Amino acid sequence: MIRDITIGQYYPAKSVVHRLDPRVKLMSTLLYLISLFLFKSISGYLIATLFLAAVIRISQVPFSFIVRGLKPVIMLLMITVVFNLFLTRSGEVLFHAWIFTITEGGLVTAVYMAVRLVYLIIGSSLMTFTTTPNELTDGIEALLHPLNKVHVPVHEVAMMMSIALRFIPILLEETDKIMKAQIARGADLESGNMIQRAKSMIPILVPLFVSAFRRANDLAMAMEARCYRGGEGRTKMKPLRYRTRDYMAYLVMIVYVVTVVGIGRYVPLHVWIF
Amino acid sequence: MSIKLEHLNYVYSQGTAYEKKALNDICLEIKHGEFIGIIGHTGSGKSTLIQHLNGLIRATSGELYYNGENIYQEGYDMRKLRSEVGLVFQYPEHQLFEIDVLTDVCFGPRNQGLSPEACRERALEALGLVGLKEKYYQSSPFELSGGQKRRVAIAGVLAMRPKVLVLDEPTAGLDPRGRDDILDQIAFLHKESDMTVILVSHSMEDIARYADRLIVMNKGTVMYHDEPKKVFEHYRELEKVGLAAPQVTYIMHDLAGKGIPVRTDVTTVAEAADEIMRVLEKVE
Repeated sequence: MIRDITIGQYYPAKSVVHRLDPRVKLMSTLLYLISLFLFKSISGYLIATLFLAAVIRISQVPFSFIVRGLKPVIMLLMITVVFNLFLTRSGEVLFHAWIFTITEGGLVTAVYMAVRLVYLIIGSSLMTFTTTPNELTDGIEALLHPLNKVHVPVHEVAMMMSIALRFIPILLEETDKIMKAQIARGADLESGNMIQRAKSMIPILVPLFVSAFRRANDLAMAMEARCYRGGEGRTKMKPLRYRTRDYMAYLVMIVYVVTVVGIGRYVPLHVWIF
Repeated sequence: MSIKLEHLNYVYSQGTAYEKKALNDICLEIKHGEFIGIIGHTGSGKSTLIQHLNGLIRATSGELYYNGENIYQEGYDMRKLRSEVGLVFQYPEHQLFEIDVLTDVCFGPRNQGLSPEACRERALEALGLVGLKEKYYQSSPFELSGGQKRRVAIAGVLAMRPKVLVLDEPTAGLDPRGRDDILDQIAFLHKESDMTVILVSHSMEDIARYADRLIVMNKGTVMYHDEPKKVFEHYRELEKVGLAAPQVTYIMHDLAGKGIPVRTDVTTVAEAADEIMRVLEKVE
């Protein structure tokens, strides 16, 4: 039941995307996400789609696995679409009933918004699928390193993030175990109204919190026992180093952004109602 | 009154990169009133197997019959099954949540729909069975020691008066005294209330002392299913899959190897002592 959540999970494979430097992947993801909001025409969407499809293909992460990660955000997506559909008023009126009006502009915005959100989620989850949490925090730490000069505790933040990420699967497993144990004692988690269902979560949440605190305590002890004292003077076993493929990836990214913005802005491809 | 597994298969995370076959074509029959021991090294599928017994995990293929009824058929009452097949997980003390011990033990019976008085009665009975001192009944379960928490958690399952009790390593992490207490208590329950007991353990000594029949799991399959004496005769094969026979089995084999005519199929220390005495008396 709980295994369906794929956001933030690593998918092991031996692709070029997996081998890229995490800094490249972080920057590229960021660029891709920004690029989604820099064009308005359908030609831009076409290029963004092609690019995403190509990266998915190269990454060797199965498409079905990626789609499963979209499930939890469907609600959010629907709300955005509905709001955009009914509240944007521009262009020809396509449908009108009582206080509900759908205009051409509304329809277009709603569809575009949905596509953008889906790509946003796929794009960022693709990064976590192809990068282990450790690599990811290493990358973030390296990218944010300049902030050290203005006294931002970059290492500490990165360490907190890697611990948080590391604990996601552990806590999910723990939740699964506790749920099963309480179901075995006859707990009913599915039926009843909202309040009853919220109440039935108590037997799961209390042990879960207790175990999270216990684990946090154990981890702190283990870190202290190994003389962890923060980032100052700490060296890495595997320092990040750019290779040829990383420079190539940066180049590909720049070409993509220039193309998508250029074409998406200045070559509007007018098809059917648009 | 039996549990019957027919060609049961289970695959974890089917269709992903993490796909793993956990159970492979399991056929078993557990009869009413038996004391079954399940052994197998880590990852052999023991825990997966026992979670099938009360329907927490649904088999990928195959059938499971409880008292002759297929539990996978449409409309089967899973909650009734779960109240009849009580499952005590590994480290069950991690699932305690109520403000005091008594209320926590009442959780199971309350879910069975019993009245508050009946719940209380069952909880008191269960706490008595696991031998927790009365002065702890009103304290928070989080204030107790590890062994006491374990007793409370086991009582939480016993309070549902299950007909089959499944325990997944109930003695892991306990001191020898606590371990013997809990196992003796379970053996007592088995004898007194004619309950079927299925005990998963890593300790060959414990299993040999209590179980009537033994199931040895290896890589998701049943390797042996027989009386402990017969299973431990295969001690060489058991070693190959990362298990072992009880210490006394080795001693008896060594003695026999040195030309002392002892039987080698004894599995407990007491039996071994008797056997050695018997041989010595004969010599004199």
